[in-house]
Amino acid sequence: MAAAITEENVQKTVFEALPQFGVDESQITRDATFEDLDVDSLDLAELSQIIEDEYGVALKGDDVGKIKTVGDAIDLVVSRGS
Amino acid sequence: MSRPEHAAALVTGASKGIGAAIARELAADGWAVGVNYRSDEEGAKATVKAIEDAGGRAVAVSGDVSDGDRRAMLKDVESELGPVLCLVNNAGVARDGLAIQLEDDDWDAVIATNLSAAFRLTRDALRGMIKARYGRVVNIASVVGPRANAGQSNYAAAKAGLIGMTKTIAHEVARRGVTVNAVAPGFIATDMTSELATDEIVKAIPARRQGTPEEVAAAVRFLASEQAGYVTGSTLYVDGGMSA
Repeated sequence: MAAAITEENVQKTVFEALPQFGVDESQITRDATFEDLDVDSLDLAELSQIIEDEYGVALKGDDVGKIKTVGDAIDLVVSRGS
Repeated sequence: MSRPEHAAALVTGASKGIGAAIARELAADGWAVGVNYRSDEEGAKATVKAIEDAGGRAVAVSGDVSDGDRRAMLKDVESELGPVLCLVNNAGVARDGLAIQLEDDDWDAVIATNLSAAFRLTRDALRGMIKARYGRVVNIASVVGPRANAGQSNYAAAKAGLIGMTKTIAHEVARRGVTVNAVAPGFIATDMTSELATDEIVKAIPARRQGTPEEVAAAVRFLASEQAGYVTGSTLYVDGGMSA
């Protein structure tokens, strides 16, 4: 069932998911922007689905539009889960 | 990229006519097929039997595409056959009438089944396709929509909408190995059209005859095949030249 929504867990999920979209692992940090990582809107939609499957937190288009960095995404999921 | 093993196709409205022919063609091309039906269980079972007799795999899947049990339909197919990597939105209804006399219910019912249901089922099925980096969506549109047909403003709106939807979703998911195309049949010999096949109508078709469900199904089979991996966002007309 859904994993515990801790910053550590969510960060692990996000960091592990990004290479599926062609992101170079060495470039993945909390401060990296999705723009710099060349992560586009479809990638973010797919990332949202991975997070929903894992944590049961549904991110909508509006939410996803506001996030800029990898850290923003992690913080958003953690805040939704608490 | 080649089709993953154990991939399943779901064909909506496949108990008879064009849908049944599509289900048989896809099965002949190696897909395990979910044969969806709303009320004609006997027809769906006959389609399944025809597929099994020919050495293919199929299950009948009950469900009305226009209400809430779409996810259950996808789950049924996945648990019985495998991940749904091909979706054919074929289910459709017609409630004809001149616009000036068309009731709200007639408009809403046709949009709900022919357009909204196709969108929602596509959205739900795309998830698995994107994850698999492989998928085929084929929407059964019509020559009506791109061209006029008096008495079918609701049907034309839904089918033209389906073509617009096809192009846009094709754009969105192309880089994930998922193709989205439409097939636009012309005047095909089915129960739905049997009363309409007058000499006058047939004379207006350049091919001078009605098409067959198998001719539509062959186009769907191609678009669902590995070989069509670079074809996306297109509409393939199967209409004896009507729209040319």
